[in-house]
Amino acid sequence: MKTFIPARTAVVAGALVISTAAFAAGGHGPEIERQQWPFGGFKGQFDKAQLQRGFQVYKEVCSACHGLKRVSFRNLSEPGGPGFPVEAVKLLAAEWPNQIPEMNDAGELAGKGGELLKRPAKPSDPILGPYANDNAARAAQNGALPPDLSIIAKARNVERDPHWAVHPFLMLGDIFRGYQEGGADYLYALLTGYADAPADVKVNEGMYYNTVFPGHQLAMPAPLAEGSVAYQDGSPPTVQNYARDVTAFLSWTADPSLDQRKRIGWQVMLYLLITTLLLYLGKKRIWSKLH
Amino acid sequence: MSGHVSTYEPKSRWGKWWDERLPIARLMHGSFVDFPTPRNLNYLWTFGGILAFCLIAQIVTGIVLAMHYQPSDVAAFNSIEHIRRDVNFGWLMRNLHAVGASMFFIAVYVHIFRGLYYGSYKAPREVLWILGVIILLLMMATAFLGYTLPWGQMSFWGVTVITNLFSALDTIWAGLGTGIVEWLWGGYSVSGVTLNRFFSLHYLLPFVLTGVVILHIWALHTAGQNNPTGLDIKQPSDSVPMHPYATSKDIVGMFMFLIMFAWFAFFLPDYLGHADNYTEANPLVTPPHIVPEWYFLPFYAILRAFTGSFLGVPLGSFAKLFGVLAMFGSILVLAFVPWLDTSRVRSSKYRPIFKWFFWAFAFTCVALGYLGSKPADGVYVMWAQIFTLLYFLFFLVAMPVIGIIETPKKLPKSITEAVLGGGDAIIQAKH
Repeated sequence: MKTFIPARTAVVAGALVISTAAFAAGGHGPEIERQQWPFGGFKGQFDKAQLQRGFQVYKEVCSACHGLKRVSFRNLSEPGGPGFPVEAVKLLAAEWPNQIPEMNDAGELAGKGGELLKRPAKPSDPILGPYANDNAARAAQNGALPPDLSIIAKARNVERDPHWAVHPFLMLGDIFRGYQEGGADYLYALLTGYADAPADVKVNEGMYYNTVFPGHQLAMPAPLAEGSVAYQDGSPPTVQNYARDVTAFLSWTADPSLDQRKRIGWQVMLYLLITTLLLYLGKKRIWSKLH
Repeated sequence: MSGHVSTYEPKSRWGKWWDERLPIARLMHGSFVDFPTPRNLNYLWTFGGILAFCLIAQIVTGIVLAMHYQPSDVAAFNSIEHIRRDVNFGWLMRNLHAVGASMFFIAVYVHIFRGLYYGSYKAPREVLWILGVIILLLMMATAFLGYTLPWGQMSFWGVTVITNLFSALDTIWAGLGTGIVEWLWGGYSVSGVTLNRFFSLHYLLPFVLTGVVILHIWALHTAGQNNPTGLDIKQPSDSVPMHPYATSKDIVGMFMFLIMFAWFAFFLPDYLGHADNYTEANPLVTPPHIVPEWYFLPFYAILRAFTGSFLGVPLGSFAKLFGVLAMFGSILVLAFVPWLDTSRVRSSKYRPIFKWFFWAFAFTCVALGYLGSKPADGVYVMWAQIFTLLYFLFFLVAMPVIGIIETPKKLPKSITEAVLGGGDAIIQAKH
């Protein structure tokens, strides 16, 4: 049966991928390791507890500089995400320090002193960062712009430069495994990639050395430190765990329909496989009159 | 086949009423039900139907997306995120449309290579083939315009690089190229004005494409389908009615294709795209590595192969112009294939020398695709130049010369003999 050939090819391709890992390590820059993500591959789904921990890291660490403007508070209680209770999200929104700029009932944008009018957030509002605009962010951050993190996990990837002869097999391996977590692998490597600069590298003022960042000099200081976030569920408070959890959370903000997409995907695949088989049998029967 | 008369018999009074006024059911019956198709078509011949499906799927998903998309430089990127997050099943529509474009190209490339292998361009199918080349050009234009619409970094810089190509015409007539570029942009740089007009054209071209596809099918049904032997239909036993024979095979092929389509749309929706397009367009920041979508990579490699010199031949200020001409030429040369190929025999099955050159050409295209994804420096440029040369040598030298020097294998007497072997066993399909 034609439809079963890919499975066997996948095994062959997979074996080649493992045997050629050393090849792939060539090229420039440090090799970014692939992590095991609960949401990775064609089967993966988000781990609710991990997304909740990841949100906690975002809230207590990242949100000091970065916004999530494409995500609304209400998304945090929707299925396929962290799934916080609706009431907790309402409270969270109301207490979010970065309020929503809005004109008042009189149609005024600014108050008596000229300051922008703001109101507390509702669940339908976006999760804003601390800065009103890019200029304000740059002014506060020594010229650097902390990007909005809503789709950062999709906007980053790991560039691989394997030997041309193994390239097609690596590609096939990724296609059969459903691998598209390059963004998450990069973010995790970046967050855990802070190190002391080698002796021959001069780090510019206000910059920090990172092994995976292109150019190795990054305006963001190492954001995570062991024990800086107190997990409620007893997960070890390590930098690796913080990085892993917040990366998972940002993968969800970048692709909130992932769980539903893959679930429907399997239903579609099942339907297509069965229908293809039936159509093939029908075709054989029709053509059997000829040969 | 020319001269095929529809055997349609209206059964109901309603059917008779229409048949005397607008015999569209008769036309459809003659074209898609009792139309004689060669009995030996393999699964490569299912890609015509698959392509019709792709076109319709792109139009349907595209119309739905256009209901939620905003073609303005300030709103476009946000509206795509709005579709992905807030529109009911918007993520599905957007994935089907974006992945659908890639699937469309996979199918069209298989379709073209099949035509090249089995000599489907040879008389009397020259017009059919040329209409196909026009369809390919329209598809490429539509895909290029569509890739602009998300207004991400790669959209913006891709448009900037490709539209700038026309400025190469300045070397022929000062100001001509620049004038064309500014006319395309609607200004002095790529801007919201450009996005607006590209959206308009992206919505228009698929319908132009549909018109040319109808001509393509008309020409196909006039000349009749080619088949793996390349022989003409000579006797009734060589063909079977399109329905249920070809249709039952077409639908199996289409569903096998849909399995791959669904795999990408549901499990790898971003695999074929570029991460940089999830960053909003920024005219002040150039991405480190500007690459087009995968289906343009071979042509991009040909374009970039013309650096200051080509395989040691200095090109001076004409390098860019040669690159642009070579890129467009690499597609336009396809239109001349019916006359470049001098062989009497259509199918490569019976062409022992040409067959090898066909596969070498297929490898050349894949190699150019790989090189198009690599930076244009060092050893990559040299290989891009070598493969560009091989690409054109295939059409301009191999095709005409092999047709003359090659001794084809003995052809079967008929399609029936090729299928059933031995003498002309006449087995008629039961209608």
